Amino acid sequence: MLNKRGQLMWLAVPALGTIGLILFVPWVFTAGLSFFEWRFTGAPGFVGLQNYATLVQDKRFGEAVVRTLVYTAGSVAGPLLLGLGAALVFVRDFPGRQALRLAFSFPMLATPVSVALVWVMMLHPQSGVLNHMLSWFGIPPSAWIYSQRTVLATLIGIETWQWTPLMALILLGGMTTIPEELFEAARIDGASAVQTFRAITFPLLVPYLLVAAILRTIDAVKSIDLIFVMTSGGPGTASETINLYLYSNAFAFYNVGYASAISVFFLGLVFLLALALVWVKARHAVAA
Amino acid sequence: MSAGTIREPRRVQAVRLLLAGVLAAPACFFVFWMLSLSLKTEIDNIAYPPNFLPDPPTLQNYVDVFAQNDMLRYLLNSLLVTGLATGIGLVLGLPAAYAIARLELPKLGALVLLARMTPALSYLIPLFFIAKWTGTAGTVWPVVLAHLLITVPLITWTMISHFQAVPREIEEAAAIDGCSLFQLLTRIVLPLVRPGIVIAVVIAAMFSWNNFIFSVILSAPEWRTLPVAIFGVMSFEQLSWGPLAAAAFIVTAPMLVLAGTLLRFMVSGLTAGATKG
Repeated sequence: MLNKRGQLMWLAVPALGTIGLILFVPWVFTAGLSFFEWRFTGAPGFVGLQNYATLVQDKRFGEAVVRTLVYTAGSVAGPLLLGLGAALVFVRDFPGRQALRLAFSFPMLATPVSVALVWVMMLHPQSGVLNHMLSWFGIPPSAWIYSQRTVLATLIGIETWQWTPLMALILLGGMTTIPEELFEAARIDGASAVQTFRAITFPLLVPYLLVAAILRTIDAVKSIDLIFVMTSGGPGTASETINLYLYSNAFAFYNVGYASAISVFFLGLVFLLALALVWVKARHAVAA
Repeated sequence: MSAGTIREPRRVQAVRLLLAGVLAAPACFFVFWMLSLSLKTEIDNIAYPPNFLPDPPTLQNYVDVFAQNDMLRYLLNSLLVTGLATGIGLVLGLPAAYAIARLELPKLGALVLLARMTPALSYLIPLFFIAKWTGTAGTVWPVVLAHLLITVPLITWTMISHFQAVPREIEEAAAIDGCSLFQLLTRIVLPLVRPGIVIAVVIAAMFSWNNFIFSVILSAPEWRTLPVAIFGVMSFEQLSWGPLAAAAFIVTAPMLVLAGTLLRFMVSGLTAGATKG
């Protein structure tokens, strides 16, 4: 039997090895380069912690960090709250439920680049359809992604539209595990819908809410497709998140050493956020 | 009994229908508008107020986007990258999933989450330079290699539960008959999990197909995948809306047409590693 376990271990090696190599070799490389000054050509020059010292004082980077946190907070809260509402709507039967649930889920299925491009056209300040449709209701036109004031909120809105379905479907999965007898008992006791939600649905849904929040946080903090295609961080730097600033440093300013330092910081931030959420989840599981 | 089986009064059902309609409306309009833009002439597309229905509808944008942008080539590139990444992903992922299932090491599934939560640029930038130095930058391989980070974890994670469902008695009987591990896998276990393999392939292919940023950084111009080529349509033609919408529709059409089948797989791919397979 020991022999068989050994044989089995070897079966997992190619996959784990490949993933390990594609992830870890670049990380070691990045961590190493973060101590060098290197601009694409010539030999890298060792500068010690210089890149990290620059990072701390870089105002543009600091703004990108704040922006990333704002973007993440909005892109987690929006889909999670709306998704909870949507799950409460779709959890029980009504005519056309399957079809409407599918149509509602289109945004998470569509290719992200297509989503971004079509939104660019819909949001166009002059001939975009959105401003026109809002004018039916007397709502004044907005510059959406073309104004520094509104760009971040607009992107958060689109991200919310795109990812509310996933949150709703995760929460729906959670709701269907709640035994129907509980709702039956609540009804016999004369509990209102709000009381039932607060006493039964919500507490039993917390683990699913946490899973949904963890996934959404991870995805929102490193969101890139939408911002890259729609604004490339602009106008100015108004939608420049850490990811976009990192990209610019590597491929527009050719400042690879500095980009590597940003990369290390960013990896650390993502893992910290993920760890924090996993810790909250674990603590909850023990308490429950 | 589970939630969803209680019959509610008609009035409540009507409210649910109304709210569901409100929730689905923006998505429906989005798809409608993408189609409308792609079927209208350029003059109609920049008219204000906008024309909602194409009059008359034209397929010229679809002809143009293929004729002027080499779309066929990028379509084939996308098929090649997704095909190779999924194929290699199977070769690597199936044995790994079997081993993890039989050794009962579900914690290794956490590696799926690791690959998922890593910001792509943290490995794409180094891979870009490694590709340059190894002389592979002009080939399709760097981007295929990066796509393995999508397909291998997804296939492995999806297959673990399918392998766990295969009764051990069957394998023990085969082992007594003198089957080697390789024969056991190829002749007995894999045929039993064929439905699971189909699901794993669909999930991996979907995420590989939709990916954008890997190819932005790692693809030489002639190896760009479809999503990146479509982004190129926007950058170079100063927002020519019709062809752009046609291109956007072409890349996402397989997802929307098969939406009914794909949705479940999409959710399971997006939650892989975080919830039970």
